[in-house]
Amino acid sequence: MSEQQKITIVQNILNANDGLAEQNRAQLLNAKLFSINMMASPGAGKTTIIEKTLQAFTPTHRVLVIDGDIATTLDADRAAKAGANAIQINTGGDCHLDAIMLNRALSQATLSDYDLLIVENVGNLVCPASFELGTHKKVLIASVPEGDDKPHKYPGMYRGVDVVVLNKIDLLPYVDFNFDFFSKGLQVLNPDVEVIPLSCRTGEGLDKWFAWLRNELDEFKQIYN
Amino acid sequence: MHELSVTQSILDIVLQHADQAQASKVTNIYLVIGDLSSIVDDSVQFYWDIISKDTIAEGAQLQFRRITTQFECLDCHTQYQPDGDSILCPQCGSTHIKVLSGEEFYLEAIDVEK
Repeated sequence: MSEQQKITIVQNILNANDGLAEQNRAQLLNAKLFSINMMASPGAGKTTIIEKTLQAFTPTHRVLVIDGDIATTLDADRAAKAGANAIQINTGGDCHLDAIMLNRALSQATLSDYDLLIVENVGNLVCPASFELGTHKKVLIASVPEGDDKPHKYPGMYRGVDVVVLNKIDLLPYVDFNFDFFSKGLQVLNPDVEVIPLSCRTGEGLDKWFAWLRNELDEFKQIYN
Repeated sequence: MHELSVTQSILDIVLQHADQAQASKVTNIYLVIGDLSSIVDDSVQFYWDIISKDTIAEGAQLQFRRITTQFECLDCHTQYQPDGDSILCPQCGSTHIKVLSGEEFYLEAIDVEK
């Protein structure tokens, strides 16, 4: 007769991912490379914001872009064209980047050659929230045509980010987007988070995004250099 | 839809602990999953049946304990479950909210045979 036994474990299911994310963070700190994880739904404008960011930062900063996509190298190609070194990760159907994928991509570059790492996650408002990558800051790009209810419907994603960019504000006159309802949802989930409304098309507000990023880079430099 | 990677993580944890206990078979796996974590039980079970094949955890039952999302309004102290349309306090509209539950995402225990 076999012996039955209950083993109490109580372990976070994504423990292994979180552990590897910590290793990534340590590796990035060691190389003094400040990193951001950019998340958004498909079509919110991640790649366009990255292009604008590269135009603004590559004259003064050495930027590495790591692009996560289910297939194709289109986004990495756009980043490379805009002046950054770019590494593409094809997730092969996976809906998010995880710490292992980032770890592999990091090993393809000499990290100390760069000042800023931009990780473009797979376009998705659900899954990337669960997988820590080990980057220093998490950026969520929302956009006006997605609707003002997104924080209310995707609380997991809005809860864990450090800054929210609201793109495509040039469309505000044409769609029913209640900014108050949007920001109230954010306040519930993430009371201190900064919101930066902007339009990549008109350029309005981009300076505020650049200022946020520059400030983070400076703070990072002060602490780790 | 990241249940495959989640299921792989569950299997890794289960096998590690079963090995440590020198178990010959895993019969039950107890998972605690909050509704904010957006994991679909059926998908995890589906992947489980595939990836646990030929391991000592093959055929183990996944026992899900779902935890509903509960918020508490810090202004009027109403406790509520957000209804999917709005997460604001349904009584006073406040945004001053504490998340009481819903973010759980862990493996609680396993039953093994030795």
